[in-house]
Parts: sequence; C-alpha cells; structure tokens
Amino acid sequence: MSLAEAHQLDNSRLKFLNEPMAADAETDIIYMMCPMHLLTLEDKVKEIKAGQILSILTDYDGALEDIPGWCHKTGNEFLGIYENADHYKFYIKKIKESQ
Amino acid sequence: MKEIYMDHVATNPLHPEVLDAMMPYFKEHYGNPLSLYEPGMKAREAIENARAGAAELINAKTGEIIFTASGAESNNFALKGIAYAFQNKGKHIIVSKIEHHSILNPARFLEKQGFAVTYLPVDNHGLVNPSHVEKAITDETILISIIHASPEIGTIQPIAEISRIAKEKGIIVHTDSVASAGNIPVDVLELNVDLMTFSAHQFYGPKGAAALYVREGTRIVPLIYGGIQEGGRRAGTENVPAIAGMGKAAEIAKRDLQKRIDHVTPLRDSIISSALKTDKVILTGHPEKRLPGHASFVVEYIEGEAMLLMLAAKGIYSASGSACSSKALKSSPVLISIGVPVHLAQGSVVFTLGKGTTGEDINYFNETFPQVISRLREISPYAKGWEETEAPACTAKK
Repeated sequence: MSLAEAHQLDNSRLKFLNEPMAADAETDIIYMMCPMHLLTLEDKVKEIKAGQILSILTDYDGALEDIPGWCHKTGNEFLGIYENADHYKFYIKKIKESQ
Repeated sequence: MKEIYMDHVATNPLHPEVLDAMMPYFKEHYGNPLSLYEPGMKAREAIENARAGAAELINAKTGEIIFTASGAESNNFALKGIAYAFQNKGKHIIVSKIEHHSILNPARFLEKQGFAVTYLPVDNHGLVNPSHVEKAITDETILISIIHASPEIGTIQPIAEISRIAKEKGIIVHTDSVASAGNIPVDVLELNVDLMTFSAHQFYGPKGAAALYVREGTRIVPLIYGGIQEGGRRAGTENVPAIAGMGKAAEIAKRDLQKRIDHVTPLRDSIISSALKTDKVILTGHPEKRLPGHASFVVEYIEGEAMLLMLAAKGIYSASGSACSSKALKSSPVLISIGVPVHLAQGSVVFTLGKGTTGEDINYFNETFPQVISRLREISPYAKGWEETEAPACTAKK
C-alpha cells in the first residue's frame, strides 16, 4: 500500500512523523498479520507504565487503520507513524496504569 | 450443571470409532511409513486407506488428496502453491472479503511479493455475486479462491457457478470447505473446483489432520520441501494416527451425512425461529442457503463476549465467530462486509450444532437465550432508549 492509498483509509486518526522518536519499549512484529498486531499491542502496553511510550515495528498495512483505532477505543494516545521504505513504526503512549 | 456444546464449527469431539481406528498407530503399528519392513508397511497401508476414505468423502481420486496438518496449512498451500506455480502466466488472484484468515493473510503476503489481489464484496446475506467474479477477472488472473461455507455466518456460496465462469477463462479455482465438508454434500466434480481444503476435526476426526484436494494434472509448488512423502508435495514424516483418524472420520461422515443433516436442521430452525422472537435480534448470513447446523445472530445493544460468558455460566458453550472481535477489539470483517454497522458487530454470537445435540438441549437453550439477552440489556449502558431505535438496514430476517 502506498502512502497515498493509506490516506484513502479511515484516516481521521492517521498521523505521520518526519523523524523517529525515542520509545521506552520496542517490539518487532514484521511479517506478522492480523490480528497479531492488536494482540501484541495489548500485551506490550500492559508491560509498560502510564506515561511511557511503546513503539511497534510492522509491515502490515492493516495496522494503519487498526492501531490508531485501538488507541482510540482503549483511551491510549496514538503519537504517530514513522514510515520507512518497507515498514512502519507506530508510537503509542500508555495513558492509564490499569491497562 | 447441564453442559451443552454449541460450538461445533470450532471443533468436534472424536467419534469413538475414529479413536479406535487411531489407537493401533500410537501403539503396535508405530513404524515410519517410508520403512520397508512390516511396521512401516502397516503405517503406509493406514495412510493409503485414509486417503481413499478422504477422497470418497468429496468424490475425488485417491491420488488427488494431499494430507496436511490443518485447514490453515491447506489454504496457505493452495494460495501460495498455485501463485508460485503460475506466476509466469499472470499475477492476479481473486478472493472474497469473507474468507478465513488463512486465505486473507496469505493473500496479503502475496501482495507484498508482487501479486495483485481482488477482494470481492458480498451481499447482505454474505453471498458472492458470480457476475462480480466475472467482472474482476483480468488477463492476469490465475486463481480464484472463494470459501464454500462461512463458519461465521453459515452462508453457502454458489461455487459451481463461480467455477463455470472461471473455467471458461482457464482459471484455477480453490474453495475452502473446512466448514462444509462432512456437514453438507461436497463433490469436487459437481463444484468443478481444482483445489479444495477440508479438515478432519470438523467431522469428528482428530485435530492435526487435514487435506488439500489437488485435481490430477494441476501443478503446485510445495510449501515444505524435503522427503518423498505425499508424492514430494508435502515433505515430513506423516502423523499416521491422525491421518488414519481422518480417513475413518471421512468414511463415517460419508455414511452418516444425510442422517446428520436431518438431525441438526430442525434443531437449527428451532433456534432461529425462537431467537428472532426477541426484539432486535438479527439473523446473520443467508436465511436458507446456510449450513444445516448453523445459527448466527447479531444481538443489538449487547457485547457478544458478555453473552458468551453468561451463556457459559449457564452451561451453554458458543462463540462470537471472529478472533478479531473476541481477541483484538476489532469488528469482524465478515460482519462489516455484510453491512452490519460497526457498533452492532460486537454483538455477534454463533451457535453450531452437532450429532450429539438433542431436542432437550435446544429447549433449554431457547429458554435461556432470551433470559440472557434480557438480563444483559438491563445492565447495558444502552438500557434506556434502545427500544426506540431503528433496526439496521442489514436486517436479513426478523
């Protein structure tokens, strides 16, 4: 999926970053597909503290819609996506300790 | 507490005759099927007998059956194996939007390898329109893969009609018959498909045994290279007890098929007519062209998960139908594809019946289900005001 095609999605929550940012925890799910991106996200968010940032490295295009949507549903902050040649890096900030 | 298993599309208990057929291959006939001495020969015989049983279930030739370890493996094998074998002819594949993840995810994988994939829409009953298939075909199309029956909404697709269109253009057709084989008559010649996936545990066989039917003369690239097992098309020492079990389960399914259909169909109809008496319960999938033991609903203003848990507390085991909705806080792609609005798709619940389901079970279910809905609506955040809202446009049958 090209960047232009990505913007045809439900892009109201999409946010792209020009530079990568620092993260407190990182996870690599390259080559994994639906629904592993969401299950991994849920698990990894449980492992960090409120206020900390998780980055997820993925090449799964469906994550462009699903990860911002998951953040919206669960009340976590979606900080943005840094796009590389063949993968995306998503940044998520954990908001509540109970999650 | 009474326990009623209503999740037969997830898996089934082993048929006692199947277990008996498997046991010798755990114990005395433990040989490697490739070995030339007696124990090896016994194991090899078991596999070839099982191949005949599996072939007969779907009206194939024995040489057209390749044993695998799961429906997911067979689906991956079909998609990747045909894509790689025919990539010099073209790089376009057609699937539907309501395929199982073991078709959708390999399709996405193939897109990354340079193949183009068309994901066909379905109507509000979950049916693929054959004319959409025809329009989607290009000079590059090499494979069409459409699920035979949906485990989530029960709809049975017009595969023979789709195959007819494909054959006119020389395109290979695969169908995922995991939910249908052993539950309805499945005949590869009538359906006119080149490849078909089916799985033992859907018809009272063991988990860990499945097959891919590959029509004689169809080239396919193996997923697993190695030894000469399965004619070199699926290497690895065979799971002999499971394969023997699959063969026996297929024989019994063929023998008992009509009896099983006649048993579950009225029970399913009872569930549907009873459930639809409750306000704002919607049948998902096709009202008639559906699996005989399959009843699926969207219950408005309730989370599917809450229903499953409360039903389980009353001894009724059912499913929400999609790993997306149950595990990943995401709406089921199948329900979204048939037009169920996102806010209702979470209220999905699927009941699937088997040969052990009794009329007494269904009476208990028909009493319990409305009580569960009523209780959950009392405590739902939508408790006030839901009665005034309009039913969604996707309503198949009320």
